[in-house]
Amino acid sequence: MAGYEIDKMNPAAEVMDADEMRRAWTRVAHEILERNKGIEDLALIGILRKGGPLTERLVAGIERIEGAKVPFGVLDISLYRDDFRTYQPKVGTTQIPFDIEGRKIVLVDDVLFTGRTVRAALGALNDLGRPSLIQLAVLVDRGHRELPMRPDYVGKNLPTSRTEFVRVSLSEFDGADHVEIYKEG
Amino acid sequence: MRRKDLLDIETLEPSEIEYLLDNATSFREILARPVKKVPTLRGKSVATIFFEASTRTRTSFEHAAKIMSADTYSLAGATSSIVKGESLKDTMLTLDAMGIDAFVIRHAYSGAAAQAASYVPHKPVINAGDGTHEHPTQGLLDMLTIRQAKGRIEGLTVTIVGDIAHSRVARSNIWGLSKMGASVRIVGPSTLIPADADKLPVSVYTNLEEALEGADVVNVLRIQLERMTVGYFPSIREYARLFGVSKARLAVAKPDVTVLHPGPMNRGVEIASELADDPEISVITDQVTNGVAIRMATLFWLMGAST
Repeated sequence: MAGYEIDKMNPAAEVMDADEMRRAWTRVAHEILERNKGIEDLALIGILRKGGPLTERLVAGIERIEGAKVPFGVLDISLYRDDFRTYQPKVGTTQIPFDIEGRKIVLVDDVLFTGRTVRAALGALNDLGRPSLIQLAVLVDRGHRELPMRPDYVGKNLPTSRTEFVRVSLSEFDGADHVEIYKEG
Repeated sequence: MRRKDLLDIETLEPSEIEYLLDNATSFREILARPVKKVPTLRGKSVATIFFEASTRTRTSFEHAAKIMSADTYSLAGATSSIVKGESLKDTMLTLDAMGIDAFVIRHAYSGAAAQAASYVPHKPVINAGDGTHEHPTQGLLDMLTIRQAKGRIEGLTVTIVGDIAHSRVARSNIWGLSKMGASVRIVGPSTLIPADADKLPVSVYTNLEEALEGADVVNVLRIQLERMTVGYFPSIREYARLFGVSKARLAVAKPDVTVLHPGPMNRGVEIASELADDPEISVITDQVTNGVAIRMATLFWLMGAST
């Protein structure tokens, strides 16, 4: 969304490489299973766009550990954002091929920052049904919350200044896995 | 690029058309939900002002606005101060002063929507059909339906059959489809081919079989009896015999031909019932569903920015 700003920023510093991402995400898969005592009623929903592949990776990780696949889907939140009047989003398609009613849902996103995306996602999920609980898994928590949100699973806590920009690159979209931090230029 | 209004397809960029079609595709998912409501336009209001009769276009716009949580008000020629002689200008200024945020307008005069838009310089106006000029959201929903049926628009041959001269639907289709890379044919009685057809990006036919030969898509227009003030053709029966589209007539088109009709249909005149009701060929009900999605995409596009 803020991608156009990157060109004006100084070169990136890599804060996670592909191996670190894989290990952190494998740990998160274990933590999800530990906290929920297995996969009963569990389902994963990724926030478009980067939450999609990250969700599929967690599903694969959980399958390796438990030998079974959990249901998963993707959620578009652009119609639920509170900043929609300031930019013109391309709307993605929500695809959740199961009923979320009564399930334990783990929401998945790449970076947790102000919490506004998560607020929008909770609103979007609420319109689809009433899960028994919703948890939040993020690859990076960079702080600076503007809303009372707390992640349940964190790949890496990354102290940042508010003016910095954190970019998660995924092999599915960007050719390689890594997390970079850009300073204001 | 930021636009205030959607008045025509002729001046849209292909990238804007694609943006609207893509977003509308995503909005179809919302239409399939048990609870069809998203909060995007909460607190916004939309007035539909129809100086001409309409069932699907007006309902479709209002449904789209309501799904996105906007409030809607509908003004019709027969029940509003329009019958007391209130001008288009005063109608617009009054609704503007009330704080209405966006306007959907249908009018019998070509250019009326553009005129209305000039009275509200900071608010969006959407043309829902102006005379014989354009009906842009119909053009967009036809393109969305074609793209869904065929997977693409570029490279297709699309034949538009019927009363081209009086059809704003035809004009919006012609501009949109040609911008997106389709080749467009028009066919009808020579009295119903527009006088300026040579200035449109189309090939003109007066023989139906020739126009249907190898067509991927056929868009059958309604014979607009209400606009037929003089005799453009000798009789309805003769029209049906020469230009009515049926399965037999489509034998010369591509085997997987797709048929559209913007409605309301004169069954047995411009289109045979057996064809209109054949789900293998006809995508008429998809057009109606896509109409809601396109109008959601249009409202989202124009009401998105703070002005």
